[in-house]
Amino acid sequence: MKSSTIYYLAFAAAMAVCPLFLNAYWTDVFNNVGLYAILALSLNVILGHCGLFHMGHAAFYAIGAYTAAIINTSYGIPILWVMPLAGILAGIFAMIVARPIIHLRGDYLLIVTIGIVEIVRIALINNVFDITGGANGIFGISRPSVFGYKISKPDQFFYLIWGFAAVTIFLLLRLEHSRFGRALMYIKEDEVAAGGSGINVAHHKLVAFIIGAVWAGMCGTIYASKMTIIAPESFSFAESVVLFTIVILGGSGSIPGVILGSFLLVGLPEVFRGLAEYRMLVFGAAMVLMMIFRNQGLLPPGPKNYNVADLLQAGGGK
Amino acid sequence: MTLLSIDNLSKSFGGLMAVNEVSFDVEAGSIVGLIGPNGAGKTTVFNLITGNYQPNTGTVLFDGQNLVGLPTHTIVEKGIARTFQTIRLFQNMSVLENVLAGGHCRMHSGSLAAMLRTPAQRREEKEAMRQSMAELDFVGLAHEWQNKAKNLSYGNQRLLEIARALATQPKLIVLDEPAGGMNDQETHDLIRLIRLIQDRGITVLLIEHDMGLVMRVCSSLVVLEHGAKIASGTPAEIQANPRVIEAYLGVDSE
Repeated sequence: MKSSTIYYLAFAAAMAVCPLFLNAYWTDVFNNVGLYAILALSLNVILGHCGLFHMGHAAFYAIGAYTAAIINTSYGIPILWVMPLAGILAGIFAMIVARPIIHLRGDYLLIVTIGIVEIVRIALINNVFDITGGANGIFGISRPSVFGYKISKPDQFFYLIWGFAAVTIFLLLRLEHSRFGRALMYIKEDEVAAGGSGINVAHHKLVAFIIGAVWAGMCGTIYASKMTIIAPESFSFAESVVLFTIVILGGSGSIPGVILGSFLLVGLPEVFRGLAEYRMLVFGAAMVLMMIFRNQGLLPPGPKNYNVADLLQAGGGK
Repeated sequence: MTLLSIDNLSKSFGGLMAVNEVSFDVEAGSIVGLIGPNGAGKTTVFNLITGNYQPNTGTVLFDGQNLVGLPTHTIVEKGIARTFQTIRLFQNMSVLENVLAGGHCRMHSGSLAAMLRTPAQRREEKEAMRQSMAELDFVGLAHEWQNKAKNLSYGNQRLLEIARALATQPKLIVLDEPAGGMNDQETHDLIRLIRLIQDRGITVLLIEHDMGLVMRVCSSLVVLEHGAKIASGTPAEIQANPRVIEAYLGVDSE
C-alpha cells in the first residue's frame, strides 16, 4: 500500500471515532470545518489545480443552497434527493457565467468573480423571481434523513458531512491523477505551452469551473438542511475570501493541504476563543508570517507517483 | 506529395510587416529548413502555421485543409506539433508529465471517466504511460523520467520538448531553433535524432541558425529576409545564391 493511502485511512479512522470524544459544541465546530473543507476542495479544482483566481465561490454555494431550500419548502421533496439537482443547477449557472470570462487572466478574472458573488447576493436580497425570500431568506427547511433515519443532532450531521467529504476526497484524488487533472496542471504552469501541446485550454478551464460549482452546490444542500434557515448574508464575498485563503494557505493544488487549511482557518479561531477579540489579531499575524516564510502553503502538492518502472526496464533504460 | 502549403501569407504588427506574402511548400517526408537573418520573420511564420497568430492574408493548407482561424489545440490534433524557440516546458512538473501532455490530444477520457476510473480510462492511462516512456526513450531521456523539467540541462530540455511534440503523434513537426544552446556533441546527436524522426515518416520543418546543421540535415531550404522570401531550393543552390549571400554578409559598397 502506498504511504499516502495509509495517511488517508488513518485520517478517516481518526475522524470516524472523534465524535465519541467531543461534546456537542466541538462536534459542531468539526461540522463547520467539514463544510468548509468540501467547499475549499471544490474551489481547489478551479484555483489550486487550474490556477484560476476565482474569488466568488460562495455564489455557487448559494445557488445550491437556495435551490435545495426552495424545492424542499415549496414541494416537500426530501432534501437529500434535491442534492443532485442543486449541484446540476449550480453547474449550469457556472457554465453560463464562466463561459464569457474564461479567457481572462489573473487579477482580471478575480475582479469579475467578485462581481458575480456580489450580484448573486444582491439578487437574493432583492427577492429575485419572488422565490428567495429577500433579506430574511428561507426558513423551515427540513432535516435530511438517510434510509428513514432522521439526521438532526450534531454527531449525526458529523457523519453525513464527513461522509460526503470522504466521497469528495476520494473522487477528487482520482480526478487529480488523470488526463483531466494533468491538463489543469499544464494550464496552470503555462497556458501557451499547454495549447501548443494540444490541450483545449478554454474547455478544460470551463469544465474545472463546472465541477467546482457542482460540488459547491451539493455542499450548499447540506448546509441548508443543517441550518434549516438560509439568508443571503451566509453567501457573502467574505465567505469566498475565507475559501480562497484556505486553498492558498493550505497549499494550492494539494488535497491534504486544503483539508489542513480548513482545520486551521475554521477550527483554530474556536480554540483561541479565550483570547476574545485578540484571537483574530493573532490569527491575522500568523497568516502574514506564513505568507512571507512559506508562500507555497503549508502542505504544497508533492510529486506524483507513476507506475512506469517496468516500462523503463523494457524500454532499455540507459 | 505536398503536406504543407503556405500561400501568400502576410502578418503585420502595427506598421511592421513581419511576414510579407510568403509562399512555400513542404513535401511529405522531407526535412525543410527555414533560415534567414535575425528578425526575418521565421518564428512569426511558425506562429502563423501553429495558430498562435492569425495572418492578415493568405492560407496555410495542411493535408488539403486550411488551418487559418483554427485554435492551436485543433491544429495539434490535425497533426502539427511544435517546439518553442524559448523553451516552454512545464518547468515544475516531471519529465514524464511533460511528455504525457503531448499524449493528451490522442486520449478521450474526461473528468467523469477519471472519477469513476472506468476500464477504458485505465487502459488509456496505461497506454499513455507506455507511449510517453517510448518517446522519452527515443530522445534518450527515459532515465530522467522522475526529474523535474527545470533540473535538466539546456540541451536535454530541448530534447524533452521534441519528445513532448512527438507524443502528439504528428505528421509534421515544427522545430524552432532545436540546436539553440547545444554544444557540438549535442548538435551532432540532434542531427541523428532529426533523421530518425524522418525515418518514422514524420515531416520536419525547422528554423536554425547553425548552418552546419541546416546544410547537413535539410533536403530543401527557404530563405527569408525582412519578412519576405528571397530564395528557396536545395542547400547547394542556396549556398551559391548571390541574393542569400548578400542578405547574410551584406554587399560590398564599391
